[in-house]
Amino acid sequence: MQMTFTQSIITILAVSLGVMVTRFLPFILFSGNRKMPEKFAKLKELIPPAMMGLLVVYCLKDVSFTTAPYGIAELVSIAVVVGLHLYKRNSLLSIFGGVAVYMVLIQAVL
Amino acid sequence: MNNENRSIIKEAFKLSIPVATGFLPLGIAFGILMESIGYNWIYSGFFSLIAFAGSIQYLSISLLTSSFNPVNAFLVSLMVNARHLFYGISLMDKYSDSGKYKNYLIFAMCDETFSITSSLEIADKKTRNKMFFYVSLFDHFYWVLGSVIGGIIAGSIQFNSMGMDFALTALFVVLFLEQMLKKENRLPGIIGFGASVLSLLVFGSSSMIIPAMIIILVIFLFGGDRLCR
Repeated sequence: MQMTFTQSIITILAVSLGVMVTRFLPFILFSGNRKMPEKFAKLKELIPPAMMGLLVVYCLKDVSFTTAPYGIAELVSIAVVVGLHLYKRNSLLSIFGGVAVYMVLIQAVL
Repeated sequence: MNNENRSIIKEAFKLSIPVATGFLPLGIAFGILMESIGYNWIYSGFFSLIAFAGSIQYLSISLLTSSFNPVNAFLVSLMVNARHLFYGISLMDKYSDSGKYKNYLIFAMCDETFSITSSLEIADKKTRNKMFFYVSLFDHFYWVLGSVIGGIIAGSIQFNSMGMDFALTALFVVLFLEQMLKKENRLPGIIGFGASVLSLLVFGSSSMIIPAMIIILVIFLFGGDRLCR
């Protein structure tokens, strides 16, 4: 633990507050008579796929693809996830299959 | 408890079983990771209880191991969880009309619960609200339980958890792939991915999220009509 007790709790509370703002905000903004603007209604279909793309990149943001080992563990494991998922379409199998391969690769191989 | 209530709870439990099979192992992994950076099961259980948001909780592992910056933590959380805004928009009518359950339902609106409640059509309002409540409650319970178990067993078993956090990456890869398999989602998905890569290359890994969101929003707001089939 690098932070003090108080710093840790404040960080956890700040993160949780951020989550709650995203959950409650639409209900606070568009309650009662105030209806949602049409621009939002359109965005609601476009945003989920874009966000998933962003989150994938975000998870890989600290991987260096230009220096050894060139993110090989990540790329191979992602290929396993995608392959398993296209084959069985079972999210849990795909996720844990990829994790298993990744753990073996970084702990025992690379 | 009367019979009607019992059958609602039973049905909610059945609906929540697939979520349990995901949340228990992912929660356990979270508890183990928290323990590995020095936070015991009380922290992981408490965090899971009040945030109930898998992706940002995993990312908090790195927030908790870097220097103290709650404003940054709050902003990262807003950005990562921005998708909840859209869950709220799409569940607006159902959840606004749920009486005493409303605040808890919104509080516990995670991806998995959203995927269940948004697809449930129950005509009787009272039954529907109770069903939503119990599905949310079961899901929340699994997540907290997994986190606590993970924190407890991490101390007692010898287990090299290095690389387990890849579960998060894998989860998003699966969710992204699911989106890509729907033809109408392909272009917005590619835009999101491309904008994020661009933002990462230009702004660097520590500040990529906000510019990426802005690029995505600008493209969608100006090209939205063409992007919507």
